[in-house]
Amino acid sequence: MRIGIVCPYAWDVPGGVQFHIRDLAEYFIRLGHEVSVLAPADDDTPLPPYVVSAGRAVPVPYNGSVARLNFGFLSAARVRRWLHEGAFDVIHIHEPTSPSLGLLTCWAAQGPIVATFHTSNPRSRAMIAAYAILQAALEKISARIAVSEYARRTLVEHLGGDAVVIPNGVDVHFFAKAEPRPEWQAGADREDGGTIGFIGRIDEPRKGLPVLMKALPKILAARPRTRLLVAGRGDTEEAVATLPPELRSRVEFLGMVSDEDKARLLRSVDLYVAPNTGGESFGIILVEAMSAGAPVLASDLDAFAQVLDHGAAGELFANEDADALADAALRLLGDPKRRAELRARGSAHVRRFDWSRVGADILSVYETVTDGAAAVAADERSGRRARFGLARS
Amino acid sequence: MTATLIWILVALVVIGLYLSWTAGRLDRLHSRIDAARAALDAQLVRRASVAQEVATSGVLDPAASIVLYEAAHAARQAEEEQREVAESELSQALRAVFAEPEQLVAVREAPGGEQAARELTEAVRRVPMARRFHNDAVRAARALRRHRKVRWFRLAGHAPFPLAVEMDDEPPAALTDRQTP
Repeated sequence: MRIGIVCPYAWDVPGGVQFHIRDLAEYFIRLGHEVSVLAPADDDTPLPPYVVSAGRAVPVPYNGSVARLNFGFLSAARVRRWLHEGAFDVIHIHEPTSPSLGLLTCWAAQGPIVATFHTSNPRSRAMIAAYAILQAALEKISARIAVSEYARRTLVEHLGGDAVVIPNGVDVHFFAKAEPRPEWQAGADREDGGTIGFIGRIDEPRKGLPVLMKALPKILAARPRTRLLVAGRGDTEEAVATLPPELRSRVEFLGMVSDEDKARLLRSVDLYVAPNTGGESFGIILVEAMSAGAPVLASDLDAFAQVLDHGAAGELFANEDADALADAALRLLGDPKRRAELRARGSAHVRRFDWSRVGADILSVYETVTDGAAAVAADERSGRRARFGLARS
Repeated sequence: MTATLIWILVALVVIGLYLSWTAGRLDRLHSRIDAARAALDAQLVRRASVAQEVATSGVLDPAASIVLYEAAHAARQAEEEQREVAESELSQALRAVFAEPEQLVAVREAPGGEQAARELTEAVRRVPMARRFHNDAVRAARALRRHRKVRWFRLAGHAPFPLAVEMDDEPPAALTDRQTP
């Protein structure tokens, strides 16, 4: 099958959607399909052979943070050329409502179009204003995929219609087989300590590090040898500013880590904490932590509760409540039996997020929409006369 | 005077273009419904034939075989008006037969059973997908057709008002929890 995938965000900037597309494309290529990914990228960034650049993305403030998006004549022309040269059986657009390549492709293409909705942001004013324009473009999508039941609900409420739920994929095996690193394990300190892991942007308050920092003094008061390992970029000084100086040595910043080190970190820690305060529609990091066998403690966001099977595969605490976080963390660190139970349940639960299953489901969607439909083509907007004929009939 | 005339002419052309564009949208939606309907039909037929194959293979106990065969046969033969009911009954029969996970194990163990189990799993998973995609297209078309501009200018022509497919397509739990080998 010839598959065209559209990535709305710059390829060289790490992000959940980009990683998802990379893994999906590589999964299909391994199965023998022909895949081409259209993504914004600077012309001099090195790209994998299956990625086609749609030109430079322009940084624009959008949806609460600065996003790098593509629009304008040049991008539209590149989209058309890509569609024309690709002759795809199906195209898969990610995040079709973001004002970038996804929407441009919706405009320019016709034929079987599959779209995945990643975010579940509340209806924004821009979306309401653009509703009429969006609707005409979104109507062309033959199949919609939402990454979680929560994302589906927002989609149904805001845009109407329906979607199938297919979660984001994770290479479970990669995380499950990673070697733990002794310096990230608690070792002899496990009696009155333990290691807590956090992965995410330090300077992005939505990722929730400030909540964890607020909870830390209480955790350290009860278990003084606890260590917090933080992986992610951002200003480390600012992150520990709220912490009393004598406790700051208990926090270790690892900076940006490679995929291998991320897996090894998750394999090593006694507890993985996800204190995110909002804006999450899925929570791939929780699945990665469970794949690596780390017991998970997460804020009770709708999306997180769903990934954790409503508390069965990992524990939840009241969002933004540092006290509740500290209590739950202490309870888990002091209860090896409960942690082992969470490890076992987590490892069984994550099988449904493995690429072998997620990829097969996405392929089922492709095959369902290509059954009884012509291949993708550029929408030439011709046949005006035929349309007038139709109007008169 | 001429200026007014020109303006009226321009307005008429703009309205005409807009109506033509809307008619094009509607046309596209109708062909999307046709494609989705064809896909749903294909999935339903596939599901019924795999169910029938499993029923006649002799792997299941006689009672389960008869229940499944009856339902699959009825679904394949149903007239258009009875189709949704018959297909819903097939879904119920599949759920009843595969309520015990042991039945699926029995199917898997039979010669060629692995293949049949995989096809059945795929079929029961794809029917709800195809139905959702179809009804999504129907909803979009109905929303546009209810609009004043479409009704007043009869942009929909003689195309019948699209209807959603309502049926029970809940797959058996034993078949949805696909184990990865």
